[in-house]
Amino acid sequence: MSLRLQNVTKRFGDFTAVDHLTLEIPEREMFGFLGANGAGKTTTFRMILGLLDPTEGEITWNGKPINYASSHIIGYLPEERGLYPKLKVKEQLIYLGRLRGLDKQTIIKEIEYWLERFKVPDYANKRVEELSKGNQQKIQFIASVIHKPKLLILDEPFSGLDPVNVEQLKAAVVDLRNAGTTIVFSSHRMEHVEELCEHLCIMHRGKPVVHGALKEIKRSFGKKNVVIHADFPLDDLHEFPGVVKAKTTAEGIHLQIENEETSQRILSHIVAKGFIRKFALEEPSLNDIFIEKVGASYE
Amino acid sequence: MNKFWIVLAHTYFTKLKSKSFMITTIITALLVFGVTNLNHMIELFSKDETKTVAVIDKTGELYEPLKAQLKTSGEKDIDLQRFKGTEDKAKENVQNGEWQAYVVLGYDDKQLPRAAYYAMTVADSDTPLQFEQALQQLKTTLATTKIGLSPEQVKELYETVVFDKVALEKNAKTEEELNQARSLVYILLFAIYIFVLMYGNMITMEVATEKSSRVMEILISSASPVQQMFGKIFGVALLSLTQFIILFAIGYTSIKENGELTAILGFEQIPVATIVYAIVFFLLGYFLYATLFALLGSLVSRIEEVQQMITPVTLLVVVAFFIAMFGLGNPEAPFITVTSFVPFFAPMIMFLRVGMLNVPMWEVALSIGLLVATICFFAYFGAKVYRGGVLMYGKSTSFKDIKKALQLTKK
Repeated sequence: MSLRLQNVTKRFGDFTAVDHLTLEIPEREMFGFLGANGAGKTTTFRMILGLLDPTEGEITWNGKPINYASSHIIGYLPEERGLYPKLKVKEQLIYLGRLRGLDKQTIIKEIEYWLERFKVPDYANKRVEELSKGNQQKIQFIASVIHKPKLLILDEPFSGLDPVNVEQLKAAVVDLRNAGTTIVFSSHRMEHVEELCEHLCIMHRGKPVVHGALKEIKRSFGKKNVVIHADFPLDDLHEFPGVVKAKTTAEGIHLQIENEETSQRILSHIVAKGFIRKFALEEPSLNDIFIEKVGASYE
Repeated sequence: MNKFWIVLAHTYFTKLKSKSFMITTIITALLVFGVTNLNHMIELFSKDETKTVAVIDKTGELYEPLKAQLKTSGEKDIDLQRFKGTEDKAKENVQNGEWQAYVVLGYDDKQLPRAAYYAMTVADSDTPLQFEQALQQLKTTLATTKIGLSPEQVKELYETVVFDKVALEKNAKTEEELNQARSLVYILLFAIYIFVLMYGNMITMEVATEKSSRVMEILISSASPVQQMFGKIFGVALLSLTQFIILFAIGYTSIKENGELTAILGFEQIPVATIVYAIVFFLLGYFLYATLFALLGSLVSRIEEVQQMITPVTLLVVVAFFIAMFGLGNPEAPFITVTSFVPFFAPMIMFLRVGMLNVPMWEVALSIGLLVATICFFAYFGAKVYRGGVLMYGKSTSFKDIKKALQLTKK
């Protein structure tokens, strides 16, 4: 059971939104799908869901093309949030659940479970327009998972939520993955992706610029970060050979270096100069990689 | 259950339970009840209102014949009083509200009666008309006696001419039947017009609401746009039939109970065929316009853009209605015959023709056939546009967007 995108290309007239994208996402995988705005993420999602037909290539789930006949195993949380403003939460979820092929009794049980889990059991009979944005988002999340999909697509699931709600939703997503759901999700928040995904893909102008396992990507990136907090000025490190980027912070300096060896040379360079509170060699963050890969090609 | 039925049931029941539907149904039902009992209502309000009108008879001999004449014409609401005082005094009495009006009778230079009617306002045209007619009768009598005609001769002179209109065509409607048909067809045409516009608008609003609230994104990932579009169109069709049946039942029973009105409108025998045709043509018209309205609804992203988008289609319905209104007076005009085959107009104009004339079956079949073909075309085309349209966001106010939407559904 896996989701396969093979050489998928989508053109709108002269504009190529997705360019020869090949992905394989195995079952029970949480896959991060990143990219700047307009990189082709939503178009890819829409093709996976069968809302748009790829110009070239094919998309299969478990060897079969995805269409409306398989809509009961697919869940989708769109980036643009929206529900019927005038309908009550319960009526809304019953309608959406039935469209996913569930019967009413099952839906009602699921609604109870999820509202309880998100600590909002009294919302069942409220109209959506009465709820806050964050709570509407929870309801919409419920709508996308109520039928226990095998494949779940989450487009920016955590945007606009407060930290408490983000944690609640994250836990729910992890539980779903552990229960066997394959999840593809996009986010601009790199720390969420680092925390949740083992594999990821960074899109840039329709093309995948980084693709693979998170650890591999970090290792092959080569560059590392060095964080130094010291009581003496460190400004001369800006020009130190092997330093790619440097940013002075309140307590010291943040460096991006070409390779691990550079860190040792930096250490010996500063060790005699005074009191060093902190010297740390760190893995590059996904944020660094993202900015490098996507930002670089802007130039 | 098939998703088409889920969408249909959802659309039907949420709309049925909605306050706006209940309120419009109740208001319209009251209106229908009111109109069908109009004569009772008028009586109810005007029962005790007798008008006092004073007459100053300068001739001294016209008052009695006038009174007699008014009596024979069956006027009961006017309380006639002879007044011997001056005109100024009479004016005063009208001004202080004692009398509604006063009439001054006199002779002209040919010794024939003439009169002037004085009231605070002459907005009430009914009362002066009664006097005018009575006086006209009086004048005729006087004038004819003057030239020496006997009452028999006068009667002969004013005998209404016998003028029969006989339709030679077999099964053609007689004059009387035609008049009866006209009022029924008029009412049903009006109903078709209102219903098509109202429910067509409802479709656009439904689609536009789903799009502007962005719930559409979830919907289209669970059920195909085609199922959704037709689920909605049929759901609203069912809703309109529900309302139609409620209103028709109220209108029908209330007209049946009201014998007087039945006679006026010529509804003693309501032709079942006309009612059936009305429903058939309403449904066909509805489906044609509903697919167009749904198509346009799928293109807008904000509710405010709806009106702008659907205006051209709304105008089409209005034009059809006006052609039909023209056709009521002249159903055999070549223009009417031609437009009854144009699919956008056919629902009203072919209905008008079958309601009023004896249209050959093949013409009806051809018109319905063309209409159904057009509906199929627009349903197919509309479904394609809908599929792309629901994915489009941004400002959309022109028909260019149709092209854009179609492009989205391509590979």
